[in-house]
This record gives sequence, structure tokens and C-alpha cells, in this order.
Amino acid sequence: MSTAVVELDAIRKTYRGGSLEFEALRGIDIRIDQGEYVAVIGPSGSGKSTLMNILGCLDIPTEGTYHLGGEDVSTMSEAQLAHVRNRRIGFVFQQFHLLTSLPAWRNVELPLIYAGTGRAERRSRAVRALERVGLGDRIDHRPGELSGGQQQRVAVARALVTEPDMILADEPTGNLDSASTDAVLGLLDELHRAGRTIVLITHEHEVAARAERNLVIRDGQITADTLVASGGAAV
Amino acid sequence: MNWLETLRAGGDAIRAHRLRSILTMLGIVIGISSVILTVGLGQGAQDQVKSQISALGSNLLIVSPGSSTSSTGVRGGFGSASTLTLQDAEAIGDETAAPDVKQVAAQTSTNASLVNGTTNWTTSVVGTTTTWPEVRKRTLSAGRFFTESEVTSAAHVVVLGSETASELFAGPVSPVGRSVAVDGTQLTVIGVLAASGASSNGSDEDDQAITPMTTAKRLSGATNASVSTIYVEARSERSLSAAYQEITGLLDNLHGVTASAADFSIASQQSLVATANSTNKTMTVLLAGIAAISLLVGGIGVMNIMLVSVTERIREIGLRKALGAAPKVIRRQFLVEASLLGLAGGVVGVLIAVAGAQVLPGLIDQPVSLSLLATTGALLTSFVLGIGFGVYPASRAARLTPIDALRSE
Repeated sequence: MSTAVVELDAIRKTYRGGSLEFEALRGIDIRIDQGEYVAVIGPSGSGKSTLMNILGCLDIPTEGTYHLGGEDVSTMSEAQLAHVRNRRIGFVFQQFHLLTSLPAWRNVELPLIYAGTGRAERRSRAVRALERVGLGDRIDHRPGELSGGQQQRVAVARALVTEPDMILADEPTGNLDSASTDAVLGLLDELHRAGRTIVLITHEHEVAARAERNLVIRDGQITADTLVASGGAAV
Repeated sequence: MNWLETLRAGGDAIRAHRLRSILTMLGIVIGISSVILTVGLGQGAQDQVKSQISALGSNLLIVSPGSSTSSTGVRGGFGSASTLTLQDAEAIGDETAAPDVKQVAAQTSTNASLVNGTTNWTTSVVGTTTTWPEVRKRTLSAGRFFTESEVTSAAHVVVLGSETASELFAGPVSPVGRSVAVDGTQLTVIGVLAASGASSNGSDEDDQAITPMTTAKRLSGATNASVSTIYVEARSERSLSAAYQEITGLLDNLHGVTASAADFSIASQQSLVATANSTNKTMTVLLAGIAAISLLVGGIGVMNIMLVSVTERIREIGLRKALGAAPKVIRRQFLVEASLLGLAGGVVGVLIAVAGAQVLPGLIDQPVSLSLLATTGALLTSFVLGIGFGVYPASRAARLTPIDALRSE
């Protein structure tokens, strides 16, 4: 029996704007175990982004409970959530979100700074993470000197460097050409084989097909939860 | 994230936007350097006045005659009457009557033309007593002062001010032993006063001719015993007010007047210093006020740029928050950035002020004295200004939610 990393229980999220009320999530129950590779698929407006925000502890649910790594994070304060994000989640964003003024390794060490890791250890762990994503020879390059695919690999290294419970990738290939897409997805496959828990948010079925389990979200509810036969091997 | 990391991140951010950071600092730089320089100029002027006046003797009391009223009822100002006499001076000099008075020198003063061969020079001819050099704290650069017996005999001797001597006797030969003519009377130059550089009441202390009181009276043809000024040296700075009381009492008695109708006035060097300083202070406060306003404008500039910076770096803030920066860490980072900008501006401002203090005196002929207090105060101010005007932008940055910050394009 593997341990649960993510446990969502009857999660609801309601946005209020003046007299208008919009229910983005209407009762979501998800359990993701250690080592799983899950893709959340849904068209825009399906509540996919809201779910990603809650999974990433960037937002808190209106109702329901969320346990991340056994810890109830659904009622935490902003500062506590920051701490949880730092320790448990590695983010990969569609727009990479690298700091252009800093070289690759200093981008990768950022989460370690907030974790309070010492300077020398930060550097060596950042370099190791960059080697892990195949950029060992690019540690001093600034994002502007790297291709899109390389930038996203730096972002993956940054997500890895804290050894988080879960890597949360939000449309990681949305801004990449097909060759870079393959490289980044190949990297995620590799991390999955190495035992990482990965949650991928996407609207592309070909991307979702690389995961071993697909969650389909529509109108704020999970409408399908299927295991992909060719999980991790599809091209 | 500890303070060192925060500092490094702040320095990175400032370096990443170099031009903008420099322009932001400019306001602080101008403000700080102008505050330091104006305060320095004011301080320099005060020091100058103080040294000029104290060169005249700091234990000095100056007794001047009161005002006169003419037959047509026109009242003159202080000094226009001739109510002070040699007898007054002698009374003040009496040790039992005025124990806090050390020495007294009465003097008369008239303008006259001095002639040396074909050269002539009009200056004030001062008649006084032998105590004059000590009371007025003057020394001689050549020759000697006149003696008691020369006063008694109304000897034809004169001591020249350094300026007067150089006007009348050009060239390297010492004027001592030579003679000048005043209204046809030949006076032998027996000494030259050392330059004092000071002036009191607008007259140049280096341009005058000093003769015995008796000689001066004879030269001007005056027969009365009136004097224009009595200089009194108190025993010490602390006995100055006691001496003041004693002189007032004595003269009230001698002149048969009450304190409210006194026909004389007494000024001290300290009151002169105080008057001069209060004028200078007013100017300094005025200028420093203007400079402080420019400093305030500089501070608002820092706030403005920091707010722009928060808006521009909204994605960076979102990212840092997503990666685990708590709101207080973000607030601290922006505060450190703002205070670094302020402090850097302050340091550059101080450097410019120090350089200005070297250059300015040559340009405007005014001494500038920089005080350590004003300089450190200015540095501290720039630092506090940075923090003060960084608070609002920093709290705005801290309040941003990571989702909104990340999603913004």
C-alpha cells in the first residue's frame, strides 16, 4: 500500500465578485499516491486552473479539506502556505518564470534560499539538479542565452532541487516547439521512473497520454479518472 | 532567508536596473549634499565671525556714550553724545570700586590725514592710554607701544596699524623711527601693530594710527575730557556680568542718572557674537530648510520608483512567493532595496559634499566647515528616508497574491 501524497476531500471553490457568485470547483475528491504520474486534462474554463492553484497551495478552498503529505493545508495562513510550497511542491510553469538577471544556477537555488539552506550546499545542489536535467555545462548561462526548451529544463531543475513531495507542472510544454516538448516530457518520464510524484496540468491529449493516469475535469467536477495503458511510453 | 541573503538579493535587483537605480539615487544625492553644504556654509560663517570677534578679546566690555538731543530736539543715536569722560574711565579702573575689572582703556577717535613726504593716507587717529594693547589683545610686529611718561608729556609719537604702515611706507624698510605729519605736526613712528584681520563696527582694525590720549587731544584741538569709547577688560569670562553690573552702577552714580535713563550703553563681545550668530543661524535654517525639502522630494522619488518596481516585477514577486517566500520576506526584500538606494544616495551625496567643501571656498570666498555630526546625521537620514518611503511599496509587494502575480503578463 503506497502512501497518499495528495488527498482532496469534497473540495469546493467559490469566487465572489460583487453580487455575482461563481463556483469554479463543485466537490472534488482526488487521491494521488506516492510515485504516481497524473495528468489533469480539461478545456479552458473547466476549473483546471483553480484546481492547480489549490493543489499548489497558491489558494485555499472555500470548502473541503486538502491533505498534502499528510498535512492539512486547507486552513493555513499565507505564511504557512509559503512554507509548505517551499518544502513539498516543485513548480514548473508554462512561462518558465525564470529571473532573467540571474544565471541558471542562481535561479535553481532560489527555493533553497527560502528554505534557509547554507550557501555552499545551495550551490552544489543547484549544480547537481542542473546536471540531472542535462544542463551541467550551462550553469552560468542567463535565461536569455538559453533556448526555450533549455529554459524549461532549468525550471524543472528548480522544481527538483528541494526534493519535493510533488512536482506540479502547469502546461509545461505550452510555450515550446515539438522538439523541446519531447525533451521536457522525456525528462518528466525519466523523473517518474525515478519515483517522483508528478501532477501535470494540460489541455492537450497527446501530452496527457504520457502520464499513467488521466483525470478529466469539466465544469468544476472530475468526470473521468482513467489509467492510461501505455502510461509513460506513448510517443 | 536571513538578512545577508536579503541584502544580496537587494543588491542584485539594484544592479539589474542600473540606470533606474542611479536616477532614483540622484534625488537623495542632491538633497544630502545640499543639506551638508548649506549647514557647512552656515557653520563656516559662524566660525569666521566668532574668530574675528574673539580676536578682539572675549572678556571685553565696550562702553559707549548715550544719545544726544540737539537744541532743535533732534535726538542722535547711541554714541552721539559726549557723556563719557576720562574720569569715568579712571573710576572704572579703580580696583575697589570695580573689583571684577582688570584693565581699562579709554579712547578717542578722529579722522585725519597722515602724510609721509609725497604719500598721504586718511585714517582714524586713535588717542588712548598705555593699557590699550593688553585690553584690545593686540601685539606689535615692530617697535614698541608708548609709555606712561609719553602720555603725560603728550609726546609726538604714533603706533601705526599694519595696513596704515604699508600704505604710508611702501618698501622693505621698517617705518619705525621715521616720521609722519598729522595736520602739520610731525609724529615719530615708534611701533607697528601686528595684523589682526578683524574688524569691529565696520572699521578696519589694521588701518589706524594710535597716539597717546593727550597727543590726540592736542592734535584735534579738543579741550574737554570726553572719550568716544571705554574698553574694559573683565578679570575672566565668568566675571563679565559682574563687571557689567559694577560699571553700570558706577556710571549711573557718576552721571547722576537712573538705570532707565542711562546716558551710556555697554556691549560685550559675547552679545556681538550672539547677534552675528543669530543672523547666520536664520540664514542656515532657511537654506537647510530648502535643502531638506529637496531631500523629501528625493525620498518621494525613491517611493515612486519602488512602486514602479513592484508593478514591473509583479511576476518575480509571484514566483518568489510560489517558491516559498513568505509575505514578510518579500516585504523585507523591498525594504532593504529601498534603504540600500537611500544609503547609496547618501554616501554619494556625502562624497559630493566633501568635494564641494574643498572647491566652494575658492569660488565664493566663504569658508565651509563640515561637521561629523551633520554628515553622519545626513547619512542616517538618507537611510531612514529609504526605509520610510519603502514601507508602502514593500507592503504592496507583500500583499500581492502569488496567483495574480504569476498570471499577470
